[in-house]
Amino acid sequence: MPHLPSFAPARPEEILLPVKPWFVMLTLILGLIGNLIPVSGVTLRLQPDFLALVLLYWCIQEPRLISVGMAWCLGLLMDVADATVFGQHALAYAVLAYAAEYSRRRVLRFPLWQQAAQVAVLLLFCAALVLLVRVVGGAPIPRWTYAVGPLVGALLWPVVTTLLQWPQRPRRSQAEV
Amino acid sequence: MRHISVEPPPFFHRGPSPLARLAFFGLLSLALLFADTRYRYLESVRHAVAVVLYPVQRAVQLPAEVLAQVTSYFSSQAALAEDNAALRQQLLSEAPVVQGYQLLLQENARLRALLNVEKRFQGATTAAEVLYSGRDPFTQKLFVDKGESAGVQPGQAVIDEVGVVGQVTRVFPYMAEVTLLTDKDHAVPVKVERSGVRSVMYGAGSGRLPELRFLSPNVEIQAGDKLLTSGIDGTYPSGLAVAQVVSVERETGQIFARVTCKPLAGVEKSPHLLILGRAAAPPQRPEEPAESDTPRKGRGRHRG
Repeated sequence: MPHLPSFAPARPEEILLPVKPWFVMLTLILGLIGNLIPVSGVTLRLQPDFLALVLLYWCIQEPRLISVGMAWCLGLLMDVADATVFGQHALAYAVLAYAAEYSRRRVLRFPLWQQAAQVAVLLLFCAALVLLVRVVGGAPIPRWTYAVGPLVGALLWPVVTTLLQWPQRPRRSQAEV
Repeated sequence: MRHISVEPPPFFHRGPSPLARLAFFGLLSLALLFADTRYRYLESVRHAVAVVLYPVQRAVQLPAEVLAQVTSYFSSQAALAEDNAALRQQLLSEAPVVQGYQLLLQENARLRALLNVEKRFQGATTAAEVLYSGRDPFTQKLFVDKGESAGVQPGQAVIDEVGVVGQVTRVFPYMAEVTLLTDKDHAVPVKVERSGVRSVMYGAGSGRLPELRFLSPNVEIQAGDKLLTSGIDGTYPSGLAVAQVVSVERETGQIFARVTCKPLAGVEKSPHLLILGRAAAPPQRPEEPAESDTPRKGRGRHRG
């Protein structure tokens, strides 16, 4: 009788099972849903880009499954959902996916909280790219609260990691317990 | 790395390198950005993707709807009775106004018929509910749950119980995008209720109050004045409440007065909105002389 693993981040020596593609798709759809939650006011400023966060996780963990092309397609979906200029999120997500693929080996060496710091840099970079596209298009420069969303996203990184790697953690047999 | 690498050695074929892929998709995005901002070629693609997205958007609404239904089921009878009494009271207090309004409406219709003036509204109004507000911090937009299937058209004015909220700018099969008064690209022709001065109110983007531009410093306007739509653009019907003037700064040395105003409607709060029927089409604009064909900045793309 296999035991479900405890709900905590995987220990470094644990070997994760291969991920199921449907689980990746499901989490990406949940990330999209997270972005579409109707909120307003302060909550809207605090709301991180859930889709970018989930995407970043899979780009770092499973670069052979999810990479630049998939990120770009999801970016197009977000462009329609947010009614922004076509290509804005697509560009940002594609660059985010590439940056994740480039830095994944380094990121994975660190404990979760230090990973979160690096994720903050990646998410801020993604937000800065969107800002650049918009400012070139003539939008005014937003206030500093613009950076709050990505930072909240980085704070959520340990939670997201724990949640998303939970199904991949090996079931332990009775003998081991 | 935590898991055993299942990746084959690099001499197996793995498709184009990440950098090549990034270059391809990056260029594609830039092409899309250009095509969308300059030429608006991609509205049909946007429609198709919106249809795919619709189930997801509805799914997000479900928990809130269920919660609202459950709470309304359990709301106490006393609260309902109280509510009912208050509403009756309000109805009674507004009855004289409404009855007077009916009379005025008839009189107005007769007079307009005499003068051969067209009706103010065409088509029916549609009640709509806000699905969600756009997350884009650079624009002020909302999505409502009525679209092409309910007869909504781009350019229709959207109001709540107090005043104008914005304008429908894009219509999808089952939902529509509403650009709010506070959006940077949005302009509403208004007039001051007290003095009749006409102007155009420009949105200023999120967190900033809209303003009236290009008003000379000696113009008849003061803080507290109410602004109504003037109706001269043919998009907004005339006489809808829009905003209240918050401050008027008349500095010597400035060519224009600085007038900021606060929208009356709960622009970012109202959950229920009303999409008005189209205002009657205005007569054709007379031909302008050829030398004045310079592009007008800021008059907005949302003139419908």
